[in-house]
Amino acid sequence: MGEKSKGLKGPSPSDRPHPNERRNPQGIRIDPGSSGELENRLATFSALVKHEPGVLAKVSGLFSRRQFNIESLTVGPTEDENSARITLVVDENDTGIIQVKKQLAKLLPVISVKELSEDAVERELCLVKITNHFDQGNSLEQLKELVEKEGVDILDISDGTVTIEVRGSKRDIDDMIEMFDEFEIKEVARTGTVALERGSKKTT
Amino acid sequence: MSKSTNADQENTAEKSNPKTGAQAVVASLEEAGVRVIFGVQGGAIMPVYDALYDSKLEHITMGHEQGAAHAADAYGIVSGQPGVCIATSGPGATNLITGLADANMDSVPVLALTGQVPTNFVGNDAFQECDTIGVSNPVTKANFFATESETVGDLVSLAFLLAREGRQGPTLVDLPKDVTLGEVSDWKYKPPKLPDHVEIPDGADVKVVESAATALIDAKKPVILAGGGVIKGNACEQLYKFATEFEIPVVTTMPGIGSFPEDHELSLKPAGMHGTGYANMALTHCDVMLAVGTRFDDRLTGGVDTFAPTAEIIHIDIDPAEISKNIHADYELVGDAATVLSQLHKVMQAKPNAEEWLEQIKTWKQEYSIEYGERESNGKPRPQYIIEQLCEATESNTIVTTGVGQHQMWAMLYWTYKEPRTWVSSHGLGTMGYGLPAAIGARFAASDDQKVVCIDGDGSFLMTLQELSVAVREELDITVVVLNNAGIGMVRQWQDAFYGHRRMASEYPWVPDFSKIADAFGAKGFLLENVEDVESIIREAIEYKGPSVIDARIDPAENVFPMVPSGGANGLFALTEEHLEEL
Ligand SMILES: Cc1ncc(C[n+]2csc(CCOP(=O)(O)OP(=O)(O)O)c2C)c(N)n1
Ligand SMILES: [Mg+2]
Repeated sequence: MGEKSKGLKGPSPSDRPHPNERRNPQGIRIDPGSSGELENRLATFSALVKHEPGVLAKVSGLFSRRQFNIESLTVGPTEDENSARITLVVDENDTGIIQVKKQLAKLLPVISVKELSEDAVERELCLVKITNHFDQGNSLEQLKELVEKEGVDILDISDGTVTIEVRGSKRDIDDMIEMFDEFEIKEVARTGTVALERGSKKTT
Repeated sequence: MSKSTNADQENTAEKSNPKTGAQAVVASLEEAGVRVIFGVQGGAIMPVYDALYDSKLEHITMGHEQGAAHAADAYGIVSGQPGVCIATSGPGATNLITGLADANMDSVPVLALTGQVPTNFVGNDAFQECDTIGVSNPVTKANFFATESETVGDLVSLAFLLAREGRQGPTLVDLPKDVTLGEVSDWKYKPPKLPDHVEIPDGADVKVVESAATALIDAKKPVILAGGGVIKGNACEQLYKFATEFEIPVVTTMPGIGSFPEDHELSLKPAGMHGTGYANMALTHCDVMLAVGTRFDDRLTGGVDTFAPTAEIIHIDIDPAEISKNIHADYELVGDAATVLSQLHKVMQAKPNAEEWLEQIKTWKQEYSIEYGERESNGKPRPQYIIEQLCEATESNTIVTTGVGQHQMWAMLYWTYKEPRTWVSSHGLGTMGYGLPAAIGARFAASDDQKVVCIDGDGSFLMTLQELSVAVREELDITVVVLNNAGIGMVRQWQDAFYGHRRMASEYPWVPDFSKIADAFGAKGFLLENVEDVESIIREAIEYKGPSVIDARIDPAENVFPMVPSGGANGLFALTEEHLEEL
């Protein structure tokens, strides 16, 4: 071990005035004593992007790089063949939600991006494949009853399975999957949410 | 046939009418005003090099593509225009990546051109194929895969423009060999335009400007935090007028060094992990902070919880995504630094009433002076003294480049920066090895009456010293000063402070004699061991016309202070090792 280096002169840290005030992890000044923790919420974004190769990689790369919590991401063509629409649902606090928007807007292939209103029209499609051996006292009849009651469609009955189609908001689908949980669910495929603003409001 | 004689024989008629994609690429660079590009040849980029054969563009062959990217980066910092680097596919492209990531972190305008395997081989794991677009995605502002010979020239023009406009940054164009070889029938240079949906903010919202001005006028303890954006946005004059007219002390970030003259009494030099005590005190206790062109990096803020906890923050930035990203802004001013500072200046009706605060700052400047005392330590010249002497021996327009480590922090603290674009360093990425290739790039952008000095560490120098061959070959007047502490001192300092002095892999049992390495390359080497020789060796090395290297043997035990432990409170910086133990 070498000799101690000399360092500089001046009052030691404990001899200096030091403020008691604090900021929260988002850098917002908070009242002393409060945790200043921000609550997460779900936000739906619609982004109009150039219809070109690599766009999805850029968007998904951004989300993993910046550790944004993403619930779903869908992409598909729009009314204009040169652009595609990406719909994103994120679970973030307000600071994070604003960052998502600003960071998306910075990507060159992103033409425009907007957080949609709470009353926007939102839909997701889900396929659920259920095993057709009803050993826990359930029967195909019971399944059909439930299907009819909930107004969902059976798309296929074969090889000992029943595949149903469920549509609705993300919450509707979560609920519905739970409802069918009493049967043995083998596979689930969900599209993720797509959304448009209502009426004359422009989506993006 | 050598390139120059050939180029002289060609007339320009051929140039204005490119026949291949590669010629269009080169024509686009020429039209953009590019004078010099830095690169390394290779298979997939050969068509572009072949087009360079007929061009007046100067091409500097670097020892390594990382060096090419750093040289382009330094060129971008010093000139304000995109520096251009060029490499082949595969390893050429991946070798550029460190340099591009560095430029991306520090918002430096750089254009990278990479060769790519022919389009029909892409995806087949062809020889020297690499997904350059995928690999460079997270470290570039924008990147493009060229698909057509006819438009590849326009793509390069657009990438050049994007590197420079708005928040600057690196861009890349990947050039498959068939695209550069392909025929071009009718391409002419068109000045590039930003895509319609890309908006670059100019002035900020007038109402917010007015309320920000009111907050500043009412402030009792105002401070300006000047970031790299002040320099990149050419707003130094506006900053100077603003700070001096309203008597507001100026702290800088590291990239902001040079935005305000450090010999001015309002200058507090940089804040942050190794910033001055008085700058960190000012940030910690201010009541209104005018932050310009900064992204509130964690090396600046320390712990977010304790960063300027009593301050209202006015944040000017051209990139809206930087505002309230790390530190919440009470006044969001999106726009170009020069424009918004002028807007703010116009509505400032009075200067803040801050006499007491200015007195306080004067006291802090004395209490926490960075005066280091002795010139010598354990019989060796001290790095602080060497840097002071270097600064004294050169004009104020001298450009300083650095590696990363303790020597970088001493170069920041003990040199007095008076002009913008004279501090050229690696901040956000902290890339060891940046210094020498950066000095080469800076040399090409600097004017003839400017000196270029690289203050390097022995560890950093060892990472890229092959670029000395370029400096010698091109007869570049640069001076490298290796502050040789026989080890990666910054790591050793952290080990001593936070890992119980367990010095794992931080002390070199042996270091080469860098003065002899310099001689072997054909540069001029100096060995500096005695404090009495500091002045004379510096003078000799600076006066030497050509590359010189001073191997300055310093005390390995020397530490950098002040120091804020990472995540700590800026106001609780340590000035000695005892202070660190106290924290
Ligand atoms: C490419 C790279 N690898 C590793 C590091 C981690 N690191 C930071 S400072 C440092 C020491 C640098 O040694 P030297 O250049 O001799 O500078 P000194 O601190 O001794 O002045 C190291 C290894 C880095 N910043 N960059
Ligand atoms: Mg060292």
